[in-house]
Amino acid sequence: MARLNLWRWGVFGLAGLYFVVPLAASVVFTVDVPGQGLTADAYTQIVSTGGFGSSLLLSLELALATIAVVLLLMVPAMVALRLGAPKLRPVVEVVCSLPLVVPPIAFVAGIVTVLKWGPEHLSRTPLFQTFVAIQNPDFPVVLVLAYVVMALPFVYRALDAGLRAIDVPTLVEAARSCGARWPQALVQAVLPNLRGALLNASFLTLALVLGEFTVAQLLGFQPFAVWIVNVSGSQAQLSVAVSVMSLLVTWLLLLVLAGFGGRSRTTSRG
Amino acid sequence: MTTNENVAGVNTTEKAATVEFRGLRREFGPTVALDGLDLTVRPGELVALLGPSGCGKTTALRMLAGFEHPDSGEVLVDGEDVTRVPAHRRDAGMVFQSYSLFPHLDAVDNVAFGLRMRGVRTGERRSRAAELLELVGLADKGGRYPHQLSGGQQQRVALARALALRPRVLLLDEPLSALDAKVRLTLREEIRRLQQELGITTLFVTHDQEEALSMADRVAVMHAGKLEQCAAPAELYGRPATAFVAEFVGTMSRIPGQVSDGVVDVLGQRLPVDGAGPQAGEVDVLVRPEAVRVGADADGKARVLATSFLGAAVRVTVRLADGSEVKADLPAHEATGLTAGAAVNVSLPERPVLVAERTA
Repeated sequence: MARLNLWRWGVFGLAGLYFVVPLAASVVFTVDVPGQGLTADAYTQIVSTGGFGSSLLLSLELALATIAVVLLLMVPAMVALRLGAPKLRPVVEVVCSLPLVVPPIAFVAGIVTVLKWGPEHLSRTPLFQTFVAIQNPDFPVVLVLAYVVMALPFVYRALDAGLRAIDVPTLVEAARSCGARWPQALVQAVLPNLRGALLNASFLTLALVLGEFTVAQLLGFQPFAVWIVNVSGSQAQLSVAVSVMSLLVTWLLLLVLAGFGGRSRTTSRG
Repeated sequence: MTTNENVAGVNTTEKAATVEFRGLRREFGPTVALDGLDLTVRPGELVALLGPSGCGKTTALRMLAGFEHPDSGEVLVDGEDVTRVPAHRRDAGMVFQSYSLFPHLDAVDNVAFGLRMRGVRTGERRSRAAELLELVGLADKGGRYPHQLSGGQQQRVALARALALRPRVLLLDEPLSALDAKVRLTLREEIRRLQQELGITTLFVTHDQEEALSMADRVAVMHAGKLEQCAAPAELYGRPATAFVAEFVGTMSRIPGQVSDGVVDVLGQRLPVDGAGPQAGEVDVLVRPEAVRVGADADGKARVLATSFLGAAVRVTVRLADGSEVKADLPAHEATGLTAGAAVNVSLPERPVLVAERTA
């Protein structure tokens, strides 16, 4: 027992060192400027640097939109799959896992090609305006579309785990025999039991969107991750301060989401 | 326990419904689940659909619930064709085999779910749900979530939920099969008591013949998508209409015999043939263990193979001279001398017997 405990502490300590040391070093680097002593200048600079607020806001908006779209797409699809065509599940699983195999760089190259080709060939049709609209830098819909695809594998897995835990056909039939119409049965009998899975899916999507750099950068937009890289080029302290900040922000958002999930079941009483 | 007052509160105000299946047919790919099922359930009656797995009993029930649709034929409730009516407007309460309570709702809210769908106000539906929980003996468990209830309690809540909307028909799809033996017995009695108090027309699917015989007003035995016989339990057991029913319900032994002119020659006796059957030739006589007499007889050509003690009776398995085996139930005191290997004499009472085509 004692030996086991020793092992545990050893492993725990090593893992702690691995995670904490770089973080602590980053924090020390940002606050302990040679010749100035301890100072929080790097952090105050962040807020005053142009683009901090707007890029963070853009990232959050993108995350929310992506979560909404991907859940609206996947939840009905996967419930329908359970109810109507369980044999198609492996097919959908493979399709949803494809984005994991395609590197983001290849993915974005494809998108760029389409974005170039589209307006040229469709310049005389109303679709031209569509291409312009989805690349609006204030809210690039094309990024949402890309992120939805990239989030598919994670969302699929999270939802699948949740659906495995409940007997969807029986719950739906029970609700139907209680006089619930189809949409009611889904919303009132199935969805509440998927709350954990929905939160997990949102979690993963949020983390993905906040940290995504490749696609946004190559398409020329500036959400939070891209902004961090741009800023960090010029000032060393500032750049590290920003990454510490982004870590904290992501962490905080995840905590907020977890808080929603952790609340007791009293909310479901209608 | 249950006051008349709240039974009245739960009871349907209108008369109990008649349910009719007419020529129901349903195929799933190559398998025929229902092959022209005709069955009428009278108002306030509990009919058990009994049969081996895959005989179509659950499919028939699900058609009444509106979860399956027949390829042809129709389902009538009170003479009204409901074949095309969607499940949520069927007015049928259903209890499922697996635990089907909503995991995110406590017992009260589970029972009140249907009322919520109907738009009944919160206070009203909660008080009615509490009433129903009291009816199934779970008045103190209202705040529990399904995972905090035992299997039997969950099925009681499911029963209360099924009754909450005062359905015209109650459908029970093997509601007891996932429970352990003791709970099954008590819940069986309770379901029957409730059903009789409420006078609600009930269809009960089971593969357990004991359950069917002990609970139902009539038992409908199904085989390969068709109705074999629908009769009161005593009649089903005593006068099975077909060889399938005879062997599916209770224990039946086959004794070889020779039939001619409605009289069968069996075990050296000549007995009249009961009901339809082969008119001449080699047949098997079907006999219940309690109708077989076995006596120790040093000259007897039959030998005892095995005995097993059942409590009030002893079941003796006997091999006849021709090699066929017969089971007989004897009172314990008559069976004392019969041990394996003992020579015995086997006879049947002078009553009409059932015969079937020779199988072996």
